[in-house]
Amino acid sequence: MSISYISEILPSLFQGAGLTLQLFFWTLIGSLPLGIVVSLGLTSKIKPLRWLLDLYVWLMRGTPLLLQLIFVFYGLPLVGIVFQRYDAAIFAFILNYGAYFAEIFRGGLQSIDNGQYESAQVLRLSYWQTIRKIVIPQVVKIVLPSVGNEVINLVKDSSLVYVIGLGDLLRAGNVATSRDVTLVPYILVGAIYLLLVGVCTYVLHKVEQRYSYYQ
Amino acid sequence: MLEIKNLKKSFGSRVILDNVNVTIKDQEVLSIVGPSGAGKTTLLRCITGLEQADSGEFTIDGKSFDPNATDTSESVIGVVFQDFNLFPHLSVMDNIILAPTMVLKQSKQVATADAKKLLDQLGLIGKGDLYPYQLSGGQKQRVAIARALAMKPKILCYDEPTSALDPNLRKEVERLISGLKQDGMTQLVVTHDMDFARNIADDILEVSSLDKLNQTAD
Ligand SMILES: Nc1ncnc2c1ncn2[C@@H]1O[C@H](COP(=O)(O)OP(=O)(O)O)[C@@H](O)[C@H]1O
Ligand SMILES: [Mg+2]
Repeated sequence: MSISYISEILPSLFQGAGLTLQLFFWTLIGSLPLGIVVSLGLTSKIKPLRWLLDLYVWLMRGTPLLLQLIFVFYGLPLVGIVFQRYDAAIFAFILNYGAYFAEIFRGGLQSIDNGQYESAQVLRLSYWQTIRKIVIPQVVKIVLPSVGNEVINLVKDSSLVYVIGLGDLLRAGNVATSRDVTLVPYILVGAIYLLLVGVCTYVLHKVEQRYSYYQ
Repeated sequence: MLEIKNLKKSFGSRVILDNVNVTIKDQEVLSIVGPSGAGKTTLLRCITGLEQADSGEFTIDGKSFDPNATDTSESVIGVVFQDFNLFPHLSVMDNIILAPTMVLKQSKQVATADAKKLLDQLGLIGKGDLYPYQLSGGQKQRVAIARALAMKPKILCYDEPTSALDPNLRKEVERLISGLKQDGMTQLVVTHDMDFARNIADDILEVSSLDKLNQTAD
């Protein structure tokens, strides 16, 4: 494992890691709000809406993310919806992670005592004021550990985008390994994933600490 | 003065309240008593708009009002729940000023100054920065009272104000209610404790269980 070889392949690995990170951030930015809205729908009194969203969650959690990626990139063009590779990946990831987050948030929403809503109602807070000021802050604390697990999964799941030909971190490692016939790139890839997950774990821990001010 | 005429409420085919009449005079304390399951909480929930009455007329100071309406500009009823339902993620101060700032659009300074006065008045000086889990039962109840009063309601309602507290705190709750009455607050107190009701109330309304009536009607 010579230093010169490592410094030779690192730039391409970092480039792959850049794509992995972009995918990671855009997925979170899209799927967390999507999950919140869907979870409100899942707990609403409107039955057809609930059925529709249940179907969505069932489809997304019931099929492999790999298959969903293939469908979005190779399948949707057949019905006239064409995505660029990168957009297809982000679209599929947001839909998939939105469903997982929605289920987590649904559980959190259901654990909020009805008395909280009644207090808000007699204080004449509106529905959205109640959701924003009373419900979401309490749900966030409850769901943080589960959301954290999904966030860490996402770092690693992002490697699935190789299937539609995107050059992420793992693919960069693949390329170098098959070209140079050595496992060194994979070891570096593993180390970079560990580093990314380590940073996520640290941030999540800090956020959980911020919410530990009440019991 | 709050008047309720011919209030009726059923759950399914079970009649809980049948033609109940309630009158609460200004600056007085009305106690609603009755055995467990008689429908006291249901009556209170109809008055506070948490439950929709089947029928009945509600008037406040001669004007009719709808407890279920959410878009009224005035606060008519404040509620102190049986187990207080404070917001656990907000400090005592934020529990109190949330609705005044969000609903009445008071500035934070004004709402905070008002809340400080309420805390002083209720013996909670310096407790504004604590969180509900750091308070005793009696303190939680007084925060719930302050939170309700901050919305300047015409009537303050309590559901079983002694039930979640140590029995030896009963006298303290009596003093609290009398103190608020002296300040001019109209209050409605639901309780199953007849002695407690006699000590605090100007007027007592008895709600009796309708189940026997229902049975003979079956
Ligand atoms: N949401 C509800 N659905 C069906 N029955 C209810 C509901 N709320 C209360 N009841 C019934 O109404 C009766 C009166 O209840 P409640 O008003 O809580 O009595 P109290 O407060 O006097 O003990 C009880 O028999 C209770 O089971
Ligand atoms: Mg009751």
